[in-house]
Amino acid sequence: MIELNDVSKTFTLHNQGSTVIEVISGVSFSVAPGECVALTGASGAGKSTLMRMIYGNYLTQSGSIRIGDVDIVQSEPREVIALRREVLGYVSQFLRVVPRVPTLDVVADPLRALDVSAQEAQARAQSLLTLLNIPERLWSLSPTTFSGGEQQRVNIARGFAHEYPAMLLDEPTASLDATNREVVLSLIEESKARGAAIIGIFHDEGARDRVCDHEIDVSAFTPGMAA
Amino acid sequence: MRPLLSVQGVTKHYGAHIGCADVSFDLYPGEVMGIVGESGSGKSTLLNCMAGHLAPDAGQVVFDTRAEGPKHTVTMSEPERRMLSRTDWAFVHQHARDGLRMGVSAGGNVGERLMAVGARHYGNIRDKATDWLERVEIDAARVDDRPTTFSGGMQQRLQIARNLVTGPRLVFMDEPTGGLDVSVQARLLDLLRGLVRDMGLSAIIVTHDLAVVRLLADRLMVMKSGRVVEAGLTDQVLDDPQHAYSQLLVSSVLQV
Repeated sequence: MIELNDVSKTFTLHNQGSTVIEVISGVSFSVAPGECVALTGASGAGKSTLMRMIYGNYLTQSGSIRIGDVDIVQSEPREVIALRREVLGYVSQFLRVVPRVPTLDVVADPLRALDVSAQEAQARAQSLLTLLNIPERLWSLSPTTFSGGEQQRVNIARGFAHEYPAMLLDEPTASLDATNREVVLSLIEESKARGAAIIGIFHDEGARDRVCDHEIDVSAFTPGMAA
Repeated sequence: MRPLLSVQGVTKHYGAHIGCADVSFDLYPGEVMGIVGESGSGKSTLLNCMAGHLAPDAGQVVFDTRAEGPKHTVTMSEPERRMLSRTDWAFVHQHARDGLRMGVSAGGNVGERLMAVGARHYGNIRDKATDWLERVEIDAARVDDRPTTFSGGMQQRLQIARNLVTGPRLVFMDEPTGGLDVSVQARLLDLLRGLVRDMGLSAIIVTHDLAVVRLLADRLMVMKSGRVVEAGLTDQVLDDPQHAYSQLLVSSVLQV
């Protein structure tokens, strides 16, 4: 489902003496449907960078990243947008929303973009918010004023609203209490069971061991960090 | 899929000075594109060339009209272009006063555009105008008040209602949130996002506010000295800018 082939990336900082930083080079691996792969490595090894490259958020200089039959490295913006809407989900560490939009709509939004009826999308959003223990009295409020943990749970609910065939999870269990961590882990297990290909970053080793089928140490691809 | 708007090699000079040079892109139905750059980078010139307010020196703009399919808008006749700007197009000005008739009531401002495309029944026009005032969150009781009695944010929302009432397919926006309070901006952004989604609109938004494009635009073009220096997916250009100028632009934003 997700296939990386000889992927490399550099950052060129034009305004800081044109410094060129090689972040990652020669990454190849693939993730099958129903499989979960963990990206590991020390802080700064490039885990999040690699994940952002797979999402098309960072530009990849060479190689190919295929999600289904689309190569995200070569795609036009509108192809990436369509891919993100239908196929590729991403739960980032931070929630970014339009101010003023109620939590329920924030969570239902990915489904609304797929032409799911307002009713059905809201019903799905309600069940996810209930599952993630966001009290109903907060549903009509904008999540911008919520606590860190609540924002993260809203973000997760939003990320799982649509059943994406491929998912990227950046620290989905960080800053969650035991109950909610358990909910998130079972959501990941359910997604795997329905055939989603998942790539995750987990600092929480227990979570990683439980849901991931194998690990990829990103520092092996980091120039100057390996060996 | 056929592009809704196809821009090729659009160039406009002001004497020896470059307004915009050799700009090309395709905009597809339902896409929202942002154009950013500092003052004088040519973004408004480009917008006005595309919307038919300025005649470009070179290049072509092809719009896929509802009635007759793709047409060259630069070479079409003035009446044809005017009709297009009342039906398929909408233009939201930075200053609401440029897009509204200040001496006419709020309802009249919205109704006028309906009459321009042939609506004649007073009751229907008034109902539709009232309905649109409510959609842009203006109290229906204000339908007979003049926009001069409205706040800046309300005037901007009225301008949007006036523009969208005829169900256009492409909206040009020139700094739609410029000069408004941040709290009013947030409300306007939320409103615009909803309208774009519900009506399946395509839009081109010129702004210097990177937060606005991040929330509204799918795609982004960065302009400097009349030329496009970088273009791509909005979050990619903002999070991983490639060109020296885009990097400077993104790193110059103050964090709140």
